Amino acid sequence: MILKEEIMGRTLAEKVWEQHVVRRAEGEPDLLYIDLHLIHEVTSPQAFDGLRLAGRKVRRPDLTIATEDHNVPTLLGPISDPVSKTQVETLRKNAAEFGIRLHPMGDAGQGVVHIIGPQFGLTQPGMTIVCGDSHTSTHGAFGGIAFGIGTSEVEHVLATQTLPAYRPKTMAIEVSGELPAGVTAKDLILAIIAEIGTGGGQGYIVEYRGEAVRKLSMEGRMTVCNMSIEAGARAGMIAPDETTFAYLKGRPHAPEGEAWDQAVEYWTSLRTDDDAVFDKVVHIDASTLTPYVTWGTNPGQGLPLGESVPDPESFADPVARSAAERALEYMGLRAGTPLREIEVDTVFVGSCTNGRIEDLRSAAEILRGRQVTTRTLIVPGSMMVKRQAEEEGLHEVFKAAGAEWREAGCSMCLGMNPDTLKPGERSASTSNRNFEGRQGKGGRTHLVSPQVAAATAVTGRLTAPADL
Amino acid sequence: MEAFTTHTGTAVPLRRSNVDTDQIIPAVWLKQVSRTGFEKGLFAAWREDPTFVLNDPSYEGASILVSGPDFGTGSSREHAVWALQQYGFRVVIAARFGDIFRNNSTKMGLLPVVLPAERVEALQAAVEADPKLEVTVDLGERQVRWAGEVVAFEIDDYTRWRLTEGLDDIGLTLRHADDVAAYENGRQPWLPTTV
Ligand code: SF4
Repeated sequence: MILKEEIMGRTLAEKVWEQHVVRRAEGEPDLLYIDLHLIHEVTSPQAFDGLRLAGRKVRRPDLTIATEDHNVPTLLGPISDPVSKTQVETLRKNAAEFGIRLHPMGDAGQGVVHIIGPQFGLTQPGMTIVCGDSHTSTHGAFGGIAFGIGTSEVEHVLATQTLPAYRPKTMAIEVSGELPAGVTAKDLILAIIAEIGTGGGQGYIVEYRGEAVRKLSMEGRMTVCNMSIEAGARAGMIAPDETTFAYLKGRPHAPEGEAWDQAVEYWTSLRTDDDAVFDKVVHIDASTLTPYVTWGTNPGQGLPLGESVPDPESFADPVARSAAERALEYMGLRAGTPLREIEVDTVFVGSCTNGRIEDLRSAAEILRGRQVTTRTLIVPGSMMVKRQAEEEGLHEVFKAAGAEWREAGCSMCLGMNPDTLKPGERSASTSNRNFEGRQGKGGRTHLVSPQVAAATAVTGRLTAPADL
Repeated sequence: MEAFTTHTGTAVPLRRSNVDTDQIIPAVWLKQVSRTGFEKGLFAAWREDPTFVLNDPSYEGASILVSGPDFGTGSSREHAVWALQQYGFRVVIAARFGDIFRNNSTKMGLLPVVLPAERVEALQAAVEADPKLEVTVDLGERQVRWAGEVVAFEIDDYTRWRLTEGLDDIGLTLRHADDVAAYENGRQPWLPTTV
């Protein structure tokens, strides 16, 4: 029996969590049911090996889907790196052996794992979703609990469709006001991370709330939730609403007919109760934000584009100070340099953060009728995004501007495929991590929105669209 | 999983914060499909610098890594844990860890120990003064001990039990297969399948 007090005053995260508890015992983590398990080639081979060694099967291949994304070249043709090739072939072999649906390179459904789930309508409100990938937090944009796991846990989910886990604490990030024109979901999340720090979300599920969040499109919400992990939170979520339902309606795996109505009725109940209490609340005023860029080597080292590279001496905390010193050295930057004067060699638009159709549209809008002055890679997050962009003629805009229009994949988000920076090269990138060497050994990354990336491609320096 | 009860060894101080998993094991190393050989990729970029602490012969054979805060942030790659273990580490001590890294560690039997920042500093300083300093990490007592210092750390009972017994999580969960089946019967009918 459920007591009335227990029904009242719950956060969205608590509601979704409780709905998935298979077993609860004193002094043990909850055993949580997993509604959808996404798989890619990098973090799964050792998990499948483990299953084979123990003679175990995949419990629910029908709740599992795989894609090839990290290793794939974004120029047409086979994988030339033999090690990458083996990894991709291993996934194909495993998917066939264990009966798992796979979208291989070249397939119309292939793409970055966090882009294809929502596109197929597999990502729905109230679900639990995991993947051996930290940016699984993306899927929380639909109002589910979605988080990244390691390979041991991948094996656990394959074998049992469950995970033992302690419920994280809950944090509300209340974003009041409206984002000014030219300020995007990416700028919002970069500002949030700069505010709370890369460890600020550790141990929490974050719920993004408030007027500015409600006004975001699904694409924008996914961008925000995607980078929850960069704030240290394993999961970020946004309560489902009409925007969510409109996005889902008619997608291949969305419910239909009566089931749709039932689902919407339930989904509508997935919101934090007015009297619910969060463990922590953070307030951000969206109306004061401007385009953000990172200057350092962790995603918390970001500033408004109008500012200058900070002086490490200006950090009171000795840990932050030495991190800043090291970051400036690695990034080859001098304190006091206006961020707008930083010149880049490469611009990358893509990744699970900003590789969706809306991102490409906004980059195209800026590049229309202009010329890029630096190497510019436009990489759709999935083959479906690619097709849609081509139907809209965006690829013609990019090509006319002198940018490269590529096949779908993780591309320059990480140095695992042929798209990399060379040592010392500098990028403006719409991806999510500016870690040392993330885009290739010795590469230097500035995280930006698609709009800033496109404007930067035109001038060769970090630039906001309004500066053009 | 390797069982962990108590461990005594020497330590190496890593005076950096935000040691993300891309630093612990760069992406090019993730292409392997086996579970072995990752020690060569541990801190691969940093180890090219001869002054990097792991290249300092006085810390050779260290099995306890004492790092600045926010160790293991970023990517979910469990390869980071494998690399640390295969290099010879049994324990990582830091003031804060990335959530996924900490989880992955406890699945593999690499013990992540959270100590207050100033105790981590004190231990780093002690090890720098005497690289051969013996450090004991006692999971049963939940203590880190060195040179007369005794510092307590927290870890939940369940995780401690699993680690000390070296238990396989999947085996534990499969004992509850009936609960899982019962839950599956009650799932909402509209939930999607991938078929
Ligand atoms: S696009 Fe980047 S962050 Fe996203 S899944 Fe691929 S590598 Fe990871």
